Amino acid sequence: MSHAKSNDHHIVTLTGIGKTFGGVRVLGGVDFSVGPGQVHGLVGENGAGKSTLMKILSGVYPVEEGTLLMDGESRSFSSPEDAQRRGIGMVFQEFSLVPTLSVAENVMLHQEPRTVLGLIDERATVSAAQALFAEMDVDIDVRKRMSDFGPAQWQLTEIAKSLAREVRLLILDEPTSSLTRSESVILFDLISRLTARGIGIVYISHRMEEILQVCDHVTVLRDGQLVLSSPAAELTVQDIVVAVVGRASEDHFEWRPRARPVGPVLLQIENVSTAALTEVTVSVRESEVVGLVGLVGSGRSELLRAVFGVDRKDSGTVSISGEMVAINNPRDAVRAGIALIPEDRRVEGLVLQHSVTSNIILTLYGALTRWIFVRNSAARATVAKLAKSVGIRAPSFEVPMFQLSGGNQQKAVIAKWLGTHPRVLLMDEPTAGIDIGAKGEVVEVVRSLAEQGNAILIVSSDLPELLAVSDRVLIMRAGRIEESHERSALVDDAHLQRLIQGAGHA
Amino acid sequence: MTSPAIIKDPDPRARPSWGFDWRENIVYIGFVFVLVVFGFTLFDQGFLNPNNLLNILRQTSIIAVMAVGMTFVISAAEIDLSVGAVAGLASVTTAYTVAQWGLFPGILVGLLTGLVVGALNATFVTVLGIPSFLATLGMLGVATGAAQWFSANQPLPIRDDVYLAMFGSGNLGFLPVLAIWMIVFGLIGHVVLRKTPFGRYVLATGGNSVAARFSGLNPRRIKASVLILCSVVAAFAGMLYAGRLESGRYQWGTGDELSVIAAVVLGGTSLFGGKGSVVGAVFGALLIGVVNNGIVLMGLDFSQQTIVRGAIIILAVALARRTPVK
Repeated sequence: MSHAKSNDHHIVTLTGIGKTFGGVRVLGGVDFSVGPGQVHGLVGENGAGKSTLMKILSGVYPVEEGTLLMDGESRSFSSPEDAQRRGIGMVFQEFSLVPTLSVAENVMLHQEPRTVLGLIDERATVSAAQALFAEMDVDIDVRKRMSDFGPAQWQLTEIAKSLAREVRLLILDEPTSSLTRSESVILFDLISRLTARGIGIVYISHRMEEILQVCDHVTVLRDGQLVLSSPAAELTVQDIVVAVVGRASEDHFEWRPRARPVGPVLLQIENVSTAALTEVTVSVRESEVVGLVGLVGSGRSELLRAVFGVDRKDSGTVSISGEMVAINNPRDAVRAGIALIPEDRRVEGLVLQHSVTSNIILTLYGALTRWIFVRNSAARATVAKLAKSVGIRAPSFEVPMFQLSGGNQQKAVIAKWLGTHPRVLLMDEPTAGIDIGAKGEVVEVVRSLAEQGNAILIVSSDLPELLAVSDRVLIMRAGRIEESHERSALVDDAHLQRLIQGAGHA
Repeated sequence: MTSPAIIKDPDPRARPSWGFDWRENIVYIGFVFVLVVFGFTLFDQGFLNPNNLLNILRQTSIIAVMAVGMTFVISAAEIDLSVGAVAGLASVTTAYTVAQWGLFPGILVGLLTGLVVGALNATFVTVLGIPSFLATLGMLGVATGAAQWFSANQPLPIRDDVYLAMFGSGNLGFLPVLAIWMIVFGLIGHVVLRKTPFGRYVLATGGNSVAARFSGLNPRRIKASVLILCSVVAAFAGMLYAGRLESGRYQWGTGDELSVIAAVVLGGTSLFGGKGSVVGAVFGALLIGVVNNGIVLMGLDFSQQTIVRGAIIILAVALARRTPVK
């Protein structure tokens, strides 16, 4: 602790940082520092001030209140570029990579090696990028286009790009939100290699276990105030959750038996094959929640997409309550009483510029239209009822969607589909990137939907959450369902994780 | 256990990458295909006659020059609909200045015309935030009107022999000087887009301007640069019209934006930005020129050429379409 107080050991020290937006104080009196080789965890609900603090640290906003000391000198960065020049690198949650350029071109963007003629030296670009990835111990073809890769490679490329800029302090904003457990392990390895070189890291995450595993020191913000700052070794998950939420939360993530017994088979998927799936057979009963797990690329999301008619089925059938239904597109699926809560809510689930109301009634225009006019009062009433049923918190339902937190956006996506009275809900990573409070609420929504007799098929990389709601868990590998486990047969998330990794690793 | 091999697995949703991507090379395939087909079917009409082939070159090189500038604009995920009008305006201002003050002032004023229009386009798009589609559509009208007004709807003849040789009817060896300009612009454009940091920044801006900004680039300045560059190049094309047709006239270049955009898109430049090919655009222009020529030799008329050109754009976009990433 004593060493954490002395400024001269730190790469940067923020003291008494505050920020006001249009009269609203979003941050006040926050102290924060990172030393060389230190991993400093930053935790808080969305809107707690984490991003604002990091934007000040990375030069997006100037220092208006308080001081930013770097190497003992007071500074305020004039732009992200300025901060970068001083060695502060930010790995953005919204990836800052260009999909149409190659990995190497992205890594070396804006610092291309030149030939004597001033032209770009392609060979040096490639070899510089290769050297960086070799240093990170990551195997990737740097000549390939960024769009050929998935989230894990994007994340690693982001980090490589920061390293190409002689970074001293690296800010990782929810780096694992799109990674599977095994990909996260690669990231953690990389973090320890970076800290061994004296690079300081700010680690932002909603996943508490991860914070305790990776960080040396943890700072928690709530409502723009610092509420906890202490060495990770002295903390438990519960300590952090209490600090984040501001109250001892009831444990949403414990399995709770359901009042309503599981009924007859509602959704029957039989021998479905697509480009990514091979002869998948799954049945989900009324009031049953079935969890789908597996590594990225194992076909989890693809199964949901195939059932919902997004991806073309080469063979196989889908039946609802024993009746075969032809589902060739999402319209067919909706008509059959199926709803899909997609993986990327911002792209596939919502029109962010539109109001909460127009987003939610998007699926309901048929029911809310008289002749050719939308019945506004009926629409408002419906939206209010749906929003209440999932607990959306918004200043008004007429504000644009992007003003809502991730958790409330996710609840809106669910609300949008509940209006169609689906009997089968397909949910793809319903809690990705939302804070712990909202996560608990989404879990509650899933539970209550099951209580109402719906069949739910849920994909999630958050295993504790999955175990909290699932009656059964199916493990997928290479487009096939390989194992099925009753909830009662699974001890905890570590047990399930071992099963996902394959018997050979158990 | 933590084998990095996992990282090698490509995203299953990503497009499989083949050794040869026919979508990216559709223009060259199309070019060869059309040449061969016309070579046989229109042999008797003299399609393969050297004079006819040089004629095609002469007619399409001006479009090709404009397409070089347009490639940069579209690569940066913007569009410039004012190129044809700028060419017309520049032909008029150049012709007037050449007649009044001579060759060099004429060249200077022609290029300056492009610079002014380009700077206005850039201001509207990057400072006022007007979408380039609308800003340059408005500019199309403004530039055409200015050219009509300035020339009082009259053609302004050019009698300077040096100018006509440099920009119009001259030949270098067997090659028309217009084709030389096309090759020069194509080569320079290719090197700038592929080999210089500026070109890389244009592609980065078009591919993801947020990413470009967070990489320390200034996407607004880059977008402004390509709009100015495109207008200057279009003005130069107008000077070539003036040279070839020995006069400045507001109609020169009318409707060329359609051919130019078709050439660029055919050449493998993505209308969504981030991906561009200057050489492809030049071949796109040649392909359109060959098709137009074939249509004429078949005995179809101008209106039918226009229909074919429109159809080519739709076909090209349909062929080049791929599911946008993210």
